[in-house]
Amino acid sequence: MIPVSHFLIVAAALFCIGLAVALTKKNAIGVLLGLELMLNAVNINLVAFSRHDPELIRGQLFALFVLVVAVCEIAIALAVILRVFDHYKTIDPDHIDNLRG
Amino acid sequence: MELVAFYFFAGLAIVSALFILFTRNLMYAAFGLFLTFMSVAALYVFAMADFLAVSQIMIYVGGVLVLLVFGIMLTHQHKAGQSTQANYVEVENGGMPFRVAVSVAFFLLLIKVITNADFELEGSYIEHKSTLQQLGIHLMTSHLLPFEIIAVLLLAVLLGAGYMAFNRINNSGS
Repeated sequence: MIPVSHFLIVAAALFCIGLAVALTKKNAIGVLLGLELMLNAVNINLVAFSRHDPELIRGQLFALFVLVVAVCEIAIALAVILRVFDHYKTIDPDHIDNLRG
Repeated sequence: MELVAFYFFAGLAIVSALFILFTRNLMYAAFGLFLTFMSVAALYVFAMADFLAVSQIMIYVGGVLVLLVFGIMLTHQHKAGQSTQANYVEVENGGMPFRVAVSVAFFLLLIKVITNADFELEGSYIEHKSTLQQLGIHLMTSHLLPFEIIAVLLLAVLLGAGYMAFNRINNSGS
């Protein structure tokens, strides 16, 4: 049986790589890739602790809800990004600095 | 043996995540994310979450990644001096040293917290047993309200995304 701290360290590494991706990519979809990575890392933590909760697998239930919300977030974010691309002709977050359309 | 397989998938997840960070081609980054999602699904199996592993593959690899690749292709502009290959979508990485340093510092903080916490987990744990039945029972009894709220959220997302896409077609036509 794999100790829970191994899962936590892998999840921490994935979370921090996701954070770095979200901070460095000069493209809104690149930022979304980083966000997905961070959500996955959090899910690993929930699932790892859920292994020690055999009756009420609360961690797995929570991870399931996180999964669905992440999918909703991606769908809406992509729709917003497409609208932003239509308007600004770029999706570089640094160049989208005009609040009044 | 189990530990070796765990380290293999954990290493695969981290290496492909690092590939996403350092590649300049957004298309390759999406493929790296594919590998990461698959490895994370394998890690779920090691944590005895079989249903979550299958849903991870179906939802993320089958749904989210296809959506992301669509988004990459729809928002792609060709710039002068760039490769004209169809699968080459170059993206700059800005301010690498400082921002990566922030992430590494956060990682070191998390490692310090994890090693200092020293979790003593009492009681029994799941061993070689599917959690599917329990998940279903809990979703229909103790977690019924969040389940219904998620259903309403999915409906709202469906309507919202459809509304935005519909207006987009109208605007470009006029």
